[in-house]
Amino acid sequence: MNASPVLEGNPKTDQPVSGRSDNALTFLRAKLQQSLAFGTLIVLVIFFSIASENFFQWSNISSILLATAVIGILALGTTFVIITGGIDLSIGTGMTLAAVMTGIFLVNMQLPLLVGVIGGLLTGALMGFINGVNIAILKLPPFIATLAMMMIAQGLALVISGVRPIYFSGVDGFKDIALGTLIPGLPNAVLILFILAIVAYLLLSKTLFGRYTFAIGSNEEATRLSGVNTRKWLIVVYTVAGLFTGFAGVVIASRLDSAQPQIGMGYELQAIAAVIIGGTSLLGGRGSIMGTVIGALIMSVLINGLRIMSIQTEWQNVVVGVVILIAVFTDTLRQRRSAS
Amino acid sequence: MKTGKKVTLFAAVAALSLSLAGCSGAGDAAEAGGSDDGEITIALVSKGFQHQFWQAVKQGAEQRAEELGVTVTFDGPAAETEIDGQLQMLQAAIDKKPDAIGFAALDPEACIPLYENAEAAGIPVVEFDAGCSSDYGQAIAKTDSLGAGALAADRMAELIGGEGEVAIVGHSQINSTGVERRDGFIDRIESEYPDIEIVDTQYGDGDHLKSADIAKTMIQAHPDLKGIYGTNEGSAIGVVNAVGELGLGEDELTIVGFDSGQAQLDAISDGTMAGAITQNPIGIGEEVVQAAYDIINGDTPEEVIDTGYFWYDAANIEDEEIAAVLYK
Repeated sequence: MNASPVLEGNPKTDQPVSGRSDNALTFLRAKLQQSLAFGTLIVLVIFFSIASENFFQWSNISSILLATAVIGILALGTTFVIITGGIDLSIGTGMTLAAVMTGIFLVNMQLPLLVGVIGGLLTGALMGFINGVNIAILKLPPFIATLAMMMIAQGLALVISGVRPIYFSGVDGFKDIALGTLIPGLPNAVLILFILAIVAYLLLSKTLFGRYTFAIGSNEEATRLSGVNTRKWLIVVYTVAGLFTGFAGVVIASRLDSAQPQIGMGYELQAIAAVIIGGTSLLGGRGSIMGTVIGALIMSVLINGLRIMSIQTEWQNVVVGVVILIAVFTDTLRQRRSAS
Repeated sequence: MKTGKKVTLFAAVAALSLSLAGCSGAGDAAEAGGSDDGEITIALVSKGFQHQFWQAVKQGAEQRAEELGVTVTFDGPAAETEIDGQLQMLQAAIDKKPDAIGFAALDPEACIPLYENAEAAGIPVVEFDAGCSSDYGQAIAKTDSLGAGALAADRMAELIGGEGEVAIVGHSQINSTGVERRDGFIDRIESEYPDIEIVDTQYGDGDHLKSADIAKTMIQAHPDLKGIYGTNEGSAIGVVNAVGELGLGEDELTIVGFDSGQAQLDAISDGTMAGAITQNPIGIGEEVVQAAYDIINGDTPEEVIDTGYFWYDAANIEDEEIAAVLYK
């Protein structure tokens, strides 16, 4: 067994360790899933545009994009985790804790805007780092480790805030982080989502970190045996997810102009659903950022459209659930076909 | 084998009861001293504690407890959907054998067997905010939510000139306050204001973000919408945020809210929100403790203690009577 560290750019690790499967085929399959998700998105938009004249208007498109921002940012981070074959349940309440800490830094401690925001981001990254250590070093199953972190974050958010919302009304410029319009007509939160999506895309497809993320998801043991420090990279993956959680925390706090300590539970499942609809496999080793963005858009277009049609809230949930089922089913169907 | 199993079981039960005894040390002490030195413990099991409303109830309960020289404990689940968790808290409260229990039911049916346990243990139960469908509850301190919803409808009708389209952003289609505040509003509009149409009712779980997205969609779907009624703090603030994000003027949409909280008080003061219905959460806390105290001392409180509700807007927000029931 070769204990020496892997050389950067080692051709052997340039591609996931999945081995026999033809790279071109893998590529095509990924494209197919994306085009399927993209097709679904287009069909939904066309359907709702016909169903309601009020749907396809810029003001509504802007609302849909803004509604996608928080869940979308959470989904971006958790895409990395799911590609490694893991899961992160702590992103919803972790987001809330990051929002509360941003409030503590900016309102209670009166720190400068940039410092407070960075503090909020680091809160998220720290939670992710702890998740990573628990999973990579202490070998806790990701489901359990992040479930525990979900509860810890929820509890801490309540304790630290004193079970009260923290209002940012005295903090100049904070609300503009999400609701300012650097591009006229488009809230900054949407801009942040797109910038983070590009960053995530570059991380996943153009860096060693991205390649190891896929490699760990395809076969962690083989990756480790080929000389990659999988523990280290797993910790990095969860820390990156935590950092995105921190971004979501800052954005939601800015949008509400307050840190609401009681919300957040359930956001993680919506984010995970967006990732899965976007074609990332829960089994690991396969996924894309583009898919996640489309998945998050499908979720918010669906919910927005159903609301515009005044469909009852109860039925909205049923429809979203069915869409998730169909997305996962078509995915497994295709996998089975390509395996045979 | 059989005895072996029994021994294991016994050991487990013993360990469990030991740990329970450890947890409930304070309760036991109160019970032991209850009849002798007159120290009275009242255990309150609330619907939650995270919402500012419940913090205000707790504050009222603690105030009255201090005046009466009794001890209150205040417990509640993390979310108002955790019916099962709340029942476990109620059972834990019964096990501690306090002098009385105050309970706010998340689900009116699920609590019935536990009320039987309380009765068997001889612990009187009073209720606050929302009752249980058992006869054992001896008094309830609550807001008449149907009446409060109807008052919201009257004010909304007045503000939009008695005609046009309105919508509701609800916080729950299940729990009693969500249902009654909605139904009180709908019934009053339908019976008294034939020219007003309720075009949509959707639920945001009291989540500020979800409620904002819902309100924006409603405004998008119904361009002639004149008003939105938000049935609790989170719902109402969601509507306020939606109007802010869309950049609508004060006159374009009439917002009627419910409860208080800093953001809602600000929105009413600056005119974004027309006004809101407030309950008297501190009064609810005070009255439930008072009712429990009366029963412990052999008195009979009123069966239903209506703690009242009020309309408040920019004009009366500073009034002493109103300011006393608002919380930040």
